Amino acid sequence: MDIRTICVLGGNGKTGEPEKVERFELNMGDIISIVGPTGCGKTTLINDIELFANRNTPSNRLVMINGETIPEDFSFDPRKHPIALISQHTNFLSDLPVGEFLKIHAKVRGGDNPEQMIGETLEFANQLTGEAIITSTGMTELSGGQTRSLLIADAVIIGNSPIILLDEIENAGIHRTKALELLKQFRKIFVFVTHDPHIALLSDYRIIMKNGSMEKLICTNPEERKVAADLGKIDNLMLNFRTYIRSGQEISEDMMAEQLETLKIVN
Amino acid sequence: MKLIIFAGPPTCGKTTVIRQVIRRMLKKGHKPAYLKIDVLYADEDKIIGEEFGIPAKKLYSGELCPDHCNVVVMDEAVEWAEKSGSDYLFVETAGLCLRCSPYIENSLGVVVLEATSGMNLPYKIGPMLTLADIAVITKIDLISQAEREVFRYRVIEAAKEITVVESNALYGIGIDPIVRHIERSGEIEQPMFLRGNPPVGTCTICVGKKEIGAKNHFGVLRTMEHDLFYIGE
Repeated sequence: MDIRTICVLGGNGKTGEPEKVERFELNMGDIISIVGPTGCGKTTLINDIELFANRNTPSNRLVMINGETIPEDFSFDPRKHPIALISQHTNFLSDLPVGEFLKIHAKVRGGDNPEQMIGETLEFANQLTGEAIITSTGMTELSGGQTRSLLIADAVIIGNSPIILLDEIENAGIHRTKALELLKQFRKIFVFVTHDPHIALLSDYRIIMKNGSMEKLICTNPEERKVAADLGKIDNLMLNFRTYIRSGQEISEDMMAEQLETLKIVN
Repeated sequence: MKLIIFAGPPTCGKTTVIRQVIRRMLKKGHKPAYLKIDVLYADEDKIIGEEFGIPAKKLYSGELCPDHCNVVVMDEAVEWAEKSGSDYLFVETAGLCLRCSPYIENSLGVVVLEATSGMNLPYKIGPMLTLADIAVITKIDLISQAEREVFRYRVIEAAKEITVVESNALYGIGIDPIVRHIERSGEIEQPMFLRGNPPVGTCTICVGKKEIGAKNHFGVLRTMEHDLFYIGE
């Protein structure tokens, strides 16, 4: 399926009142974040997208692809499923070794060269994790961070879906700025559910959720983009200190001063 | 009368799926009846009877193997549902036996499988899956999409002709396609026949011999070394 746009028409919130955001549309290459306090319905919104909600989920939303609704009993050839959802799961339940699981998934997704896909997937995932994932490890033995890194890499490389939904990519201690950087190399529609201001401001749009309802749609303005760049510096500062701590160094005020200067956080 | 038989390992979500299906069937003006067959304890008949005000009944198989119980009572069960003015009979089986299968010819066989139950489950449960018409995969929200795709693949690999429906029954997601299959299913024909072949032989354990070891038994036997053989008249 050749995806050009995805459009979500509002339904109702938890108490049944109509959503204030009546519709939003994403074009290929767009990035949108869904923000709001926990329990406000962010995950439900991406689940609706993933299920091609047709006024048949509790939210009553309607999702259209290229301006058309997807009939309810339309079942995609799993090889061509246009949406990959990376859920909040930080553990796998599959009693299979990583290599075998990826091999079956590559087969399900109809890749020409499963071995190469598996290699690329692990290479992608291992850029985000602390310790590398090995193919002979059981899926259930992976740590939370390794699980999420593998989920992201699998969705992008093996899934190769044009629309990627990511639920709280910042969780479980993966290298999220690196993840964003790697993801942006692929021309897709990205939908992030996030609590991270940096990710939210790097997006083209953000939807503010409240009480199960899409409350507001904001288009990131030029000033916000500048702030995003500053937040990126602060992110890097935190990451550098994380590296110091992880590698067993003792922290000094000089380190902080040096970081603040090299990252140009203070002039 | 249309007969819909649900099977699946314990706690896989059969009752939750059935409740969602019945809710939608009633909205569409159908008249479902519900029969639960279980071994020792069940209260689903009460819950479903009270929730929907439909004819609901339970049956304890007790000393009988539950799938054996299905076979010997199903004609009466269909009669009961007909007399109570229903046009659909939903039978929820105990779902324990991995060798038998409760499906009847011209009924709709629905196997309910938990997405969380491990990648080898489709190969482990035999006729309960391979003789079913529809496999409903429940609790899909508990696993990742990649795992869902691999699990679905394994279900289809074990049962090539089956229709797979993925569902999060608690939230009523994925129920409508099941309802459509139920509506499209055929009428039951008398006399009714079991769809699959039950396991071979009469079992000496069934008739009360408790000693361990093949030497203490007769009929169709096996040992660690030898596959099936027969001792007896």
